[in-house]
Amino acid sequence: MPKIIINNKEIEFENGMTVLQACELAGEEIPRFCYHERLSIAGNCRMCLVEMEKSSKPIASCAMPATDGMKIKTNTEMVEKARKGVMEFLLANHPLDCPVCDQGGECDLQDQSLYYGFDKSRFKENKREVKDKYMGPLIKTIMTRCIHCTRCVRFATEIGGVTEIGAIGRGENMEITTYLEKSMESELSANVIDLCPVGALTSKPYAFEARPWELKKTETIDVMDGVGSNIRVDTYGWEVKRILPRLNDNINEEWISDKTRYACDGLLKQRLDKPYKRENGKLVESNWDEVIDIIYSKINETEKSKIAGHIGDMQSLETINSFKSLLESLNINNYDFREKPFYINPKNKINYIFNSSIKGIEKSDFILLIGSNPRLEATMVNARIRKNFVLKKTPIFSIGDAGDLTYDYKIIGNKTEDIKKFLNNESQASKIFLKSKYPIIIIGESALQLASGRSIFENLKKFLIEQNFISDKWNALNILIQNASTVGAIDLDFLKDYKKNNLEFFDNIKNNKFKLLYFVGSDNLDFTKKDEFVIYQGSHGDHRAQAADIILPSPAFTEQNGLFINLEGRLQKSVKSSYPPGEAKEDWKIFNLIHQKFKYNNIFNSFKELRDKTLNKVKNHSDFGLLPETKIDKEDSDLDNLADETININELDYYFSNSVARSSKTMSECRSVRLKNIKNKTGT
Amino acid sequence: MLKEENKIFKNLYNNLGWTLEDSLKRDDWSNTKEIISKGREWIINEIKISELRGRGGAGFPTGVKWSFSPKKIGSRPHYLVINADESEPGTCKDRDIMRFEPQKLIEGCLISSFAVNAHTCYIYIRGEYYNEGKRLQKAIDEAYEKKLIGKNACNTGWDLDIHIHFGAGAYICGEETALLESLEGNKGQPRLKPPFPALVGLYGCPTIVNNVETIAVVPTILRKGGKWFSSIGRPKNTGTKIFCISGNVNTPCNVEEEMGISLKDLIEKHAGGVVGGWKNLQAVIPGGSSMPLIPQDMCETLKMDFDSLIAAKSGLGTAAVIVINKDQDIIKFMARIAKFYKHESCGQCTPCREGSGWMWRILERTAKGEATHKDIDLLSDVTKQIEGHTICAFGEGSAWPVQGLLRHFRKEIDKRCFSEPVIKKRRNVPYLVDQHLLEK
Repeated sequence: MPKIIINNKEIEFENGMTVLQACELAGEEIPRFCYHERLSIAGNCRMCLVEMEKSSKPIASCAMPATDGMKIKTNTEMVEKARKGVMEFLLANHPLDCPVCDQGGECDLQDQSLYYGFDKSRFKENKREVKDKYMGPLIKTIMTRCIHCTRCVRFATEIGGVTEIGAIGRGENMEITTYLEKSMESELSANVIDLCPVGALTSKPYAFEARPWELKKTETIDVMDGVGSNIRVDTYGWEVKRILPRLNDNINEEWISDKTRYACDGLLKQRLDKPYKRENGKLVESNWDEVIDIIYSKINETEKSKIAGHIGDMQSLETINSFKSLLESLNINNYDFREKPFYINPKNKINYIFNSSIKGIEKSDFILLIGSNPRLEATMVNARIRKNFVLKKTPIFSIGDAGDLTYDYKIIGNKTEDIKKFLNNESQASKIFLKSKYPIIIIGESALQLASGRSIFENLKKFLIEQNFISDKWNALNILIQNASTVGAIDLDFLKDYKKNNLEFFDNIKNNKFKLLYFVGSDNLDFTKKDEFVIYQGSHGDHRAQAADIILPSPAFTEQNGLFINLEGRLQKSVKSSYPPGEAKEDWKIFNLIHQKFKYNNIFNSFKELRDKTLNKVKNHSDFGLLPETKIDKEDSDLDNLADETININELDYYFSNSVARSSKTMSECRSVRLKNIKNKTGT
Repeated sequence: MLKEENKIFKNLYNNLGWTLEDSLKRDDWSNTKEIISKGREWIINEIKISELRGRGGAGFPTGVKWSFSPKKIGSRPHYLVINADESEPGTCKDRDIMRFEPQKLIEGCLISSFAVNAHTCYIYIRGEYYNEGKRLQKAIDEAYEKKLIGKNACNTGWDLDIHIHFGAGAYICGEETALLESLEGNKGQPRLKPPFPALVGLYGCPTIVNNVETIAVVPTILRKGGKWFSSIGRPKNTGTKIFCISGNVNTPCNVEEEMGISLKDLIEKHAGGVVGGWKNLQAVIPGGSSMPLIPQDMCETLKMDFDSLIAAKSGLGTAAVIVINKDQDIIKFMARIAKFYKHESCGQCTPCREGSGWMWRILERTAKGEATHKDIDLLSDVTKQIEGHTICAFGEGSAWPVQGLLRHFRKEIDKRCFSEPVIKKRRNVPYLVDQHLLEK
């Protein structure tokens, strides 16, 4: 390994590192504003200057590749003078806003000026003022504070894949702008707020809400989609003030989607805080004893085959398991967790997870999307695909038109016929596929929902096994799960009659054949109430609560502990960061109440007991944060031919995809901006 | 004085005609095939022998620069880019080359392209040189017609296409990497170096960027031999150079002279002397506005070449001599230059973006006599905080002239700005007092 001498200390570094990275290896902290590990190098803030032997000028360590035998000094007078000089320039036109600036307390400029700033300003001229720009409902701009590090520009073009942010003007008059004062059309847009080292781009919904040191920080995970991004929830009392990403290279790197970040204001609104019952067509407040009594009598007087349960999209393993054990105790056999009947083969774990893993996408050299729109269905997965595309120009194909995915891909048809062609190696993509070493095939729920969903999946699986792409070395079979609770629910066998897709259940729901329905946090299932008795247990007064006869308030995902399995099969812990409002009870405790009412004795005595029992039931689950070990089954399933069908990708109402997001003001603003933009684009 | 036969640009004043026909009479294209048949090693070596240094300002040895270009064409094509974005105030040499000696440039393009393995050559002309660009395009068309360039250019077996690209008139696009960015269609902002353009340049391909004058002298050097060129001037500062003399002289002009000519000769013999006589000289900027000025007392013995000007703490730059006589207000003059740099800073890196405007504002106040003597120290600090801390040489270009002023005309400034700062050192003002409210 090559060696570098930093402050007379010799250390080894890896080839391709910059001087700045080598300095960090040596334990020398280098101040920086523009440099960011995951963005391209701009080298424009000039804060990271260090002294290099044989160079008369200080060098920008972020941009200089480290070479063997280089001698670097970071603590000389020259370096300090240079950094102080740069700091003075940065502060010259920076407003003295700190007391009213939202970045205060977590501002890079503030922190660095403590070390490199003068105590007085020597800049006596008029300070520059820059007009604030409109960047959509999420990003508040105070552009006078901008230090032109261009992190936001680089993020938008490189990772977001949108070119809407850039710099216009030159010299002092350079301004960061969205050119036409449009909002950024990216689901990752709000990450620029984290990236901004100063208070130029701050969070609009969080404006003047709190100071960072007042907030309680809880490290947990996100349940807005199946990805399970790692997040930090900042709370002030009961209120979730903001959500920030947490570094996890395997899942979300250090970005999160806008929905993950901003749906949190939905946690404060439309909340169910008391049990309700319906009397004379109106919902009236009630109490726990009363509603449990009503449930008891209703369940008793209804035929068991006419009772059905459905669990929603953001429920933890514990909730699913305790619900299932309740249904089993009551001898109820009609239940499901899916919103739409898509084909799932629960026999083996590899049949329903993202086997290549999110990090594995980076390795891939061929990607085929079948009936999926990863941009909306799993934004962080899409960001990974884009990362791969930007670095390696990987050929990406899609069956079904997914719209703008922020990278170039080729649509090779939208019929099941085209899948057949691919299976017979006759497709345009086949040549590249056969040459590839690490192909990735991503099957979306839209494809699995088709009548031929089953044969699409089984045929593809068979094909990949034949091509030796489902092996211990590489598994190309990927299902893109949309909801956070899906993989967990399959693992816990919350699924009936998978071969026929449990279609009977969905038909019965649709045709109002059931007499009593028990929904646990389930708002997305297509259901119009007729004269069923509906029990809704959940956190938000959304679609289902309106139709309910009994409402049982339960905590939202930030308000109770729980386990989730993400679309890769990774087991993760969600940690309670706030407490539920009013009389809401944790889900498993509500099930316990009903259990007790029926005098069944298999209640869970403690949450720990519940968690242990739940984990025991999960089929070969992984350790926390790790990928599961999977076995490859080569059993031949009975295959039928692909029927001729068109693969249409179901449009996902991205900003309104779950009950928390639907209650969020921010999300609804984002949605209306998006709808307006679409309207303007088509010119209607 | 340069002998007439040693002049390279014989038509610098357009008395012999600029067309291809006229150029052929002046020996252009006379034995291009022969030169190229000697191979690129020979060409690069001959240029090294001639000790030709880049004429764009930095004075980097051209032969050495060419030798950085990969020896063989790899997976990526090579490019030759001619920097005709002549924006340095006071400089107008490339303009006359393009107008009156275009064939020298085009022939130089062919030979240089061959030497650096390029089949495509871009000439980046500043947008304001619209007519010059059109003239050059005509000359290029003539050369294409006569098969001097294009497929099998001049029967040498080498293919060369020359394209002209007009810039939009930003000074910074004369910086080689900003020029490449602009040529690619991006915002003209300098790139980080390393990697240098010779390896990763235009569209990520190996690219050699040379000034118009550098390329235009190449054919003559190769025709007459590198030894001939190096025999003119002083060691390491060889050959001839076009000097652009402007400002307070009686007859401003472009003139080709040998390197190392004395400044006094240049002004007296070619430019008709300083307005008001030599005694009326106040200062001279020897190399375009980005070089520090030199006061009159140093001008007597000054030799005009790279190394002796560096010894005088200035630089040859583009050899644009700007003469300032005593009728001028030197501080106001510098404030105007600072304004130019404030206006032309690209805004990419901090010191130059924030510093250039700051310098200009202090200088404006200084020129009006409104600055305090503390401000002058501050100005000096600001120039030092810019210098050497920027991505490209623009930082130095904007800071050096001001440093020159402070070095040589401190007395003038002090005479004009003698007031005390608002806060006197002796008065012990508590830290948190609003300083602007204090009485003067």
